[in-house]
Amino acid sequence: MDLQSAWNVCMKDLKIYRKKTSVIYATVAMPLIVGVGFPLIIDYALHKPSRALTAAAVPGLMDSFSIWFIIAATVIPTAIASYSIVGEKIQKSLEPMLATPMSDGDILLGKTLSALLIPIGALYTGSIAFMGLLDHFTRGLLGYYYYPNWHMGAILLAVPFAALLSVEVNVVVSSRMTDVRGAQQSGALLMLPFLGVFLASEVGFFALNDTNLLIIAGVLAALSAAMFAVARATFQREEILTRWK
Amino acid sequence: MSKPSMINAENLTKRFGDYTAVDSVTLHVDKGEVFGFLGPNGAGKTTTVRMLACLVSKSSGSATIGDYEIANREDQPRIRMMTGLLTENVGLYEELSAYDNLDFYGRYYKLGEQRRKERIEYLLKLLELWDRKDAAAGTFSKGMKQKLAIARALIHDPEVLFLDEPTANLDPEASKTVRDFILELKKEKRTIFLNTHLLDEAERVCDRVAILKTKLVTTGSPQDLRRSLTGRKVKIQLQRVDEAVISSVGEIGYQIVESTPDSIVVSLKDPEEENPAILRAVQKAGGNVVFVTEVGSSLEDVYLKLVRGE
Repeated sequence: MDLQSAWNVCMKDLKIYRKKTSVIYATVAMPLIVGVGFPLIIDYALHKPSRALTAAAVPGLMDSFSIWFIIAATVIPTAIASYSIVGEKIQKSLEPMLATPMSDGDILLGKTLSALLIPIGALYTGSIAFMGLLDHFTRGLLGYYYYPNWHMGAILLAVPFAALLSVEVNVVVSSRMTDVRGAQQSGALLMLPFLGVFLASEVGFFALNDTNLLIIAGVLAALSAAMFAVARATFQREEILTRWK
Repeated sequence: MSKPSMINAENLTKRFGDYTAVDSVTLHVDKGEVFGFLGPNGAGKTTTVRMLACLVSKSSGSATIGDYEIANREDQPRIRMMTGLLTENVGLYEELSAYDNLDFYGRYYKLGEQRRKERIEYLLKLLELWDRKDAAAGTFSKGMKQKLAIARALIHDPEVLFLDEPTANLDPEASKTVRDFILELKKEKRTIFLNTHLLDEAERVCDRVAILKTKLVTTGSPQDLRRSLTGRKVKIQLQRVDEAVISSVGEIGYQIVESTPDSIVVSLKDPEEENPAILRAVQKAGGNVVFVTEVGSSLEDVYLKLVRGE
């Protein structure tokens, strides 16, 4: 693969996304909710007159909220990846690009990078806000800074793999879709298993502790690599021009 | 000595399952030639171009662009580097400016920064788009978009240019602009492979044309095709046509295919050789010749005859 070619494709996509307000909103909204909204909820609960939230319950709640960074990582790239593939199909701009010397792999890698960089950047920025705000809000109650910790480290390790898996699922889904919204909705279904894991942990089926989070990160890495191979097989010049809808 | 061929296809075939889109096409396009590929919708023109531009694989046969074989995976990037493709749908990045559209394609073709700047400025000025270089392509008219797409196909200064229906869906003025530009490119001795279903366009700009209907029906210059299929005809305008004039032509073995009170149309093989004898016979019979002109069958006549069997 030619990384310079892939980077050129990525830069082009990023330049287009800057002009797409829907992509900007979709990228900013969830990190803002998880990174700022959730800490504000905890702060609100801490300051309620009833003092329902005890010091013992706070770490568990923060850990639960932090899982949403992984869930968000499966959702945010959907908006970008769907536009990246289906949007180009609608604009018919894939064929001229496929006529250039770039390989299919270069183009796919470029599109993957462009759909990954913004969500990962937004989620990591959101996580900094999340940790900073929660440390600020809970330092007095806990008597120590809760973040950074291994739990959050494992989550931030899983985030790029979850996002990569989402991007590649969207590439495959987008090959069969003819409108951006449909592709986004179908791609967003990837969130459901993650949501299932989160709810299962919340009702006590198993604990999303550091070890389990590292296992999840490993599984996501393997799945995203496998899905990249599937996307690579789907993203072939001839396939795109003759079989994609 | 014949010109070197730039595009060579031998029995090039493309099948999609049981459906044969292009069937055993053999053609040769010389370097610097403008070659028109005519055919109705669904004839396989776009599929042929896609095969030649290494976008889809061939099912059988072979083809080369320059010294490179289209089926050879190592040759494919070289072929893409030496060819430019104007697709049927312009496929511009509508959100990006005209300049950025070309700049990114310059990068895709690995042009250095300085070279990119030079080519973009040259092409945008040539196509009279320089003043709008910072405007989003989505705000352009159809004709401007088509011109920008042509500039994009030329950004890397390719030796071979594939133009797939370059004037389709354009208004007459935009069509003329694009056609004039193709004629400019012709002067640069660039090899141009023009897919079109517009016979007038092919006749105006092409050195040779081929007619495709899944299989290649015929190939030749527009003039040769007209002559080979419908023969040549000469119209003799007279002050008055009478029986003596008509008989005089028949007596020397020629057939009058059309006759009016002041003109006759005679079918013959070689007007340059045969005209003098016919005119002598007509004048001997008392006919006063006003002028003589060759009556051409249009390429459309040829096309319809070959494609529809009319």
